[in-house]
Amino acid sequence: MSEEQFPDAAGHFGTFGGRFVPEALVAALDELGAAHRAAMADEAFRDEFAALLRDYAGTPSLLYEAHRFSARAGARVLLKREDLNHTGAHKVRNVLGQALLTRRMGKKRVIAETGAGQHGVAAATAAALFDLDCVVYMGQVDTERQALNVARMRMLGATVVPVTTGSRTLKDAMNEAMRDWVANVDETHYLIGTAAGPHPFPALVRDFVRGIGDEARAQCLELTGGLPDAVTACVGGGSNALGIFHAFVGDPQVQLYGFEAGGDGVATGRHAASITGGSTGVLHGTRTYVLQDADGQTQESHSISAGLDYPGVGPEHAWLHDTGRASYQPVTDDEAMAAFELLCRTEGIIPAIESAHALAGTLAVAPKLAADLGRQPTILVNLSGRGDKDVHTAGEFFGILDKE
Amino acid sequence: MSRIGVAFDKARADGRALLVGCMPAGFPTVEGSIAAMTAMVEAGVDVIEVEIPYSDPVMDGPVIQRASDIALAGGVRTRDTFRIVEAVAATGAPVVTMTYWNPVERYGVDAFARDFAAAGGTGLITPDLIPEEAGEWLAASDAHGLDRTFLVAPSSTDERLAMTVGHCRGFVYATAIMGVTGARSQTSQAAPVLVSRVREVTDLPVGVGLGVGTGAQAATVAGYADAVIVGSALVRCVLDAPDEAAGRAALRTLSAELAEGVRQPDR
Repeated sequence: MSEEQFPDAAGHFGTFGGRFVPEALVAALDELGAAHRAAMADEAFRDEFAALLRDYAGTPSLLYEAHRFSARAGARVLLKREDLNHTGAHKVRNVLGQALLTRRMGKKRVIAETGAGQHGVAAATAAALFDLDCVVYMGQVDTERQALNVARMRMLGATVVPVTTGSRTLKDAMNEAMRDWVANVDETHYLIGTAAGPHPFPALVRDFVRGIGDEARAQCLELTGGLPDAVTACVGGGSNALGIFHAFVGDPQVQLYGFEAGGDGVATGRHAASITGGSTGVLHGTRTYVLQDADGQTQESHSISAGLDYPGVGPEHAWLHDTGRASYQPVTDDEAMAAFELLCRTEGIIPAIESAHALAGTLAVAPKLAADLGRQPTILVNLSGRGDKDVHTAGEFFGILDKE
Repeated sequence: MSRIGVAFDKARADGRALLVGCMPAGFPTVEGSIAAMTAMVEAGVDVIEVEIPYSDPVMDGPVIQRASDIALAGGVRTRDTFRIVEAVAATGAPVVTMTYWNPVERYGVDAFARDFAAAGGTGLITPDLIPEEAGEWLAASDAHGLDRTFLVAPSSTDERLAMTVGHCRGFVYATAIMGVTGARSQTSQAAPVLVSRVREVTDLPVGVGLGVGTGAQAATVAGYADAVIVGSALVRCVLDAPDEAAGRAALRTLSAELAEGVRQPDR
């Protein structure tokens, strides 16, 4: 099976993906798709992107064998250290790629949506580097929760617009970004933050972050002499997971696990697990799994991790789920925070709470993998981001902040 | 020919444009929205566009977003829309529905078409459905005799314009501006150009929406379009009113002004 067949020319991953957008945006999406295809075929573009990733973002990120965490997991755990990238997460890969495309299309302005502010900071970073005007839409609830990231974006020269409609969180920020884009599409690129949205975004974002898996595959072969038995990642919109999965989709012996934000538990209804707790629908321009009520109204998601707190998921994940190529499971807030603490204490690494979902899921699946294989499994984990941004949330969760 | 086709023919014969007035279903309540739409018809609105409230209305500006939020908070369901359509259709005015795609897909495309047709609706305006993704809707609208209105935009290429219009039935919706719904102080320069581009590829009537809020603007748009579509300005009458009765009075006043406008096209 060649994964290069997906999506099809209209952006479909099986029955998922496609374009559910106002006609006013179709011309811009076509322009973007053409620019994306031309850029990927252009050696000069690929070289410039590679140089930026190397010299500016600090990739390839390290592959680190986490010995003490491994002992607790009962598996050989290899961490893909995307947390060490410039701006602290895998997201820098996507924004640099899209900023290069923006310049290639001759556009001078980028807009972005952000939940916790990580993608907003990354977008503002790329905009500063490429001298682009940058407007970031952020739910008002999130601007209050993540005041430090709002300040970061402003330092980098971006305008942050608090969104006061709907639930005032990430999904509403995306709505507002789409509205801006419809009105300003001639000079503006929508620098979307994950492998979701209308075609060509899911494929385009995947192409910019797939270096994670390409690097990790080579690093794993060099370190262990073989492929890992499993690859794990957290899944919100799903760009870090696709980024690390993609290089392994054609290796059937490598199991792929995506861990969704289970919040208080999928059974409670307070979660952000679109695949395990949602149903197929259309949201933000694509057909995928969505948290929705009986009438197709989007439901609010809940997660301790702002970066996973989204009621949809990229369409390629929906397809990988339905084809059975990847397995998706929920991880609760409590499970994620236990893994967060374990990594802090065993390895001296403070992970992003998003990435802690991947760590928790790894701990959960390791025993079954070991039993199935009859030996200690090797598990490659995408440590997609660092936890500096989460210190306040984690401090409150663990009750370790000194009272005023 | 559908009921709306008859209405367009009559308006054309009278040398005027149709006035299409939009209101979200269930805003401020189901009964309140029926009363509001009935008042609009009585005051001269020719066609009622019932918008199904949706949690993530990316083509709508702040006024319709707010009204949709109120309707959803009040608990309006998709099936209530059919009751509203039926009640408004009983006034004799053609009723179309504008809906984002997910509520239809969730209800079941064929079931939606069946129940909407049974309620007396004439067709759907689908702002986030392009013909390429509309296979199920093309089949269901054929099966249940419904019109289908896809949007065209100033940014549509000639090829897309012809393709999109080719899939329309009833009328074509030309989005006058690149942007979201909401009354604006000036009508669009791009709209007349877009309408004439549409006329090169179809004989279907062309409605123009986005930005119209006064009788004078309605007269301007009526000068080149077959229908003037007004949403936010009407919704605002209800939104800004101290109570429902005052809202309906304001609706009647604006509807009458707009109805006057479409009868005096600037040519």
